Amino acid sequence: MSFPWAKNYEPQLPLMKWLDERLPLPRLVYNAIGAGYPVPRNLNYFWNFGVLAGAALVIQIVTGIVLAMHYAANAGVAFNSVEHIMRDVNAGWFIRYAHMNGASMFFIVVYLHIFRGLFYGSYKAPREMVWLLGVVIFLLMMATAFMGYVLPWGQMSFWGAQVITGFFSAIPLVGEPVRQWLLGGFVPDNATLNRFFSLHYLLPFVIAGVIILHIWALHIPGSSNPTGIEVKDEQDTVPFHPYYTAKDGFGLGIFLVIFAVLTFFTPNLLGHPDNYIPANSLSTPAHIVPEWYFLPFYAILKAFTFNFLWIDAKLWGVIAMFASIAVLFFLPWLDSSPVKSSTYRPLYRIFFWILVVDVLVLGYCGMQPAEQPYVILSQIGAIYYFAHFLVILPIVSRIERPLPMPNSITEAVLAKHADTSSAATA
Amino acid sequence: MVRPLGFLVGLGFITALVLAILTTPLSNEENVAYSFHKQPRPLALSSDGLVPHWDKQQLQRGLQVYKEVCSACHSLHLVAFRDVGALGYSEGQVKTFAKGFQVPSVNPDTGEPATRDGLPSDYFPSPYANDVAARAANNNALPPDLSLITKAREGGKDYIYSLLTGFQNPPKNLPTELKPGPGLHYNPYFANLNLAMAPPLAPNQVTYADGTKATVDQMAKDVSAFLVWTAEPKLVKRVQVGWASVLFLIMFSVLTYLSYRNIWADKKH
Repeated sequence: MSFPWAKNYEPQLPLMKWLDERLPLPRLVYNAIGAGYPVPRNLNYFWNFGVLAGAALVIQIVTGIVLAMHYAANAGVAFNSVEHIMRDVNAGWFIRYAHMNGASMFFIVVYLHIFRGLFYGSYKAPREMVWLLGVVIFLLMMATAFMGYVLPWGQMSFWGAQVITGFFSAIPLVGEPVRQWLLGGFVPDNATLNRFFSLHYLLPFVIAGVIILHIWALHIPGSSNPTGIEVKDEQDTVPFHPYYTAKDGFGLGIFLVIFAVLTFFTPNLLGHPDNYIPANSLSTPAHIVPEWYFLPFYAILKAFTFNFLWIDAKLWGVIAMFASIAVLFFLPWLDSSPVKSSTYRPLYRIFFWILVVDVLVLGYCGMQPAEQPYVILSQIGAIYYFAHFLVILPIVSRIERPLPMPNSITEAVLAKHADTSSAATA
Repeated sequence: MVRPLGFLVGLGFITALVLAILTTPLSNEENVAYSFHKQPRPLALSSDGLVPHWDKQQLQRGLQVYKEVCSACHSLHLVAFRDVGALGYSEGQVKTFAKGFQVPSVNPDTGEPATRDGLPSDYFPSPYANDVAARAANNNALPPDLSLITKAREGGKDYIYSLLTGFQNPPKNLPTELKPGPGLHYNPYFANLNLAMAPPLAPNQVTYADGTKATVDQMAKDVSAFLVWTAEPKLVKRVQVGWASVLFLIMFSVLTYLSYRNIWADKKH
């Protein structure tokens, strides 16, 4: 693992030497996120988001554990126990709002992390495993966030659970029994709430475990970089600590400023008013919408309105929604271009930005009621989404002529500085 | 193998979507009610914005409107009498205020259901014994609990204020099917235009202790302000803590930025 010039852990204190011979935990940390991990010297700010996602998970676990001390997972009292946290628990309003908005911040940084990977080809050999584990983390996050949203037992909690578990009932023959098995009943009720609470507490630790695998797999080839050129020698890298610990510290600061602004000044901006109404199985909200981070997928689900072949529209929607995430698992093999970074891929770069706009449009349409023009917009958006990954990408990677690339990371860095200094003198 | 299979799967989805586009009508069913519906009028309160404070005089007036008007039908079950101390009442006043309510209890001698004087630890009692009784008394409509109402409706305080002051005669061109039926009242701020709640406020319905003139508009403003407080009693504190946190974090970011620049000073990147 790692490069031959990586610094070796040499304990100074006798105690650390003693510990290192028995349990080399400090050595592990040193090699993972300390001076023992050489990292390309040219990473830009988009490489901050992995660490920020880790920080967001820690914030969610810490605030979540405190919330669980005061929350009661019982359909009769869950709603009021959340309000008890908001009103009577010391700083409970802060912990609860931080957890609520922490989930949004987690998804914001993870989406940026994913799009970083898409732009710079981080999913390509030799880092396919890093990417695959990342998609697993993303799926686990979605499951965790969905179940967490059910816990306050408001109207959107209840009806969200109703709609999302309803996806399973679209499966032929076994659909309805599977749905009842998931819910523990015919509709979301106490059994559902209890199991969701249990799983919502469990899954973050599973995520933490997969993150360890994600980082382990990353450390085999080492971090990618904006040029997409692999590290060649020592001058291409700097030790993670202090260089990137310092940069990540700054990134963390900016992340926390935005997080604090959201939590303290507009805590309900990304929520839905209906979730301040207690769950009521007899009253359906006018528009059931999921949390913002599910909206692009929700739009894909709703885009399928035609019974095509022997599959009805609802099942098409459900299959397409799962496929829209499953397609990411195949990405390393759909894109056959050996060039990683979009900086040197003039054609792919255009389609990448169309995809960004497409996902934003799908997200916007997901929020809207099933009316025109949102239906046709989400249909076009869904067409592009699948076309991008399954049709365009394989063709582009075959016909594209990449731009000339520098020979090494250091050459790219020095060329950039030569540019800026000549521009400054000119 | 992945690419040809992926291509076929992609074509399948795209075909299903193209057929969906071709078969979905491009026009929407016209929603007549929508053209009569009005957006809430904005209500400015001292608890708004980035330097909020509670206008305790106004909150006390709002509490009075709730107690003398709204509480006839609407519960406030997340608010305890002890909480109203935050509106500027002394401990003694809170005790007296609580004592003015009868809360459900049990006769300590017989175990029979009974009532007793309220204590500061009690919550505002519900006007009805249960939802069935509430519906029976209100033409089958259930008056919602008001504790969280300004957070539980699109438009929040603006919506509550607009709804309370928005009762009016139906416009002449209103289609018959949208005209208010028996027991319903026209209000363009309400989602389906016709509301079971009768106009609750009339001029001088309450007599304010501080001499403020009790117009419908004033009472609607005051009770909306009060309901902002009941929905989030920690709102002002939240924003104050927010400023301290944000300023601290900005300083933290500046320091980490400087240390980042310092550490990287000798490295081109």
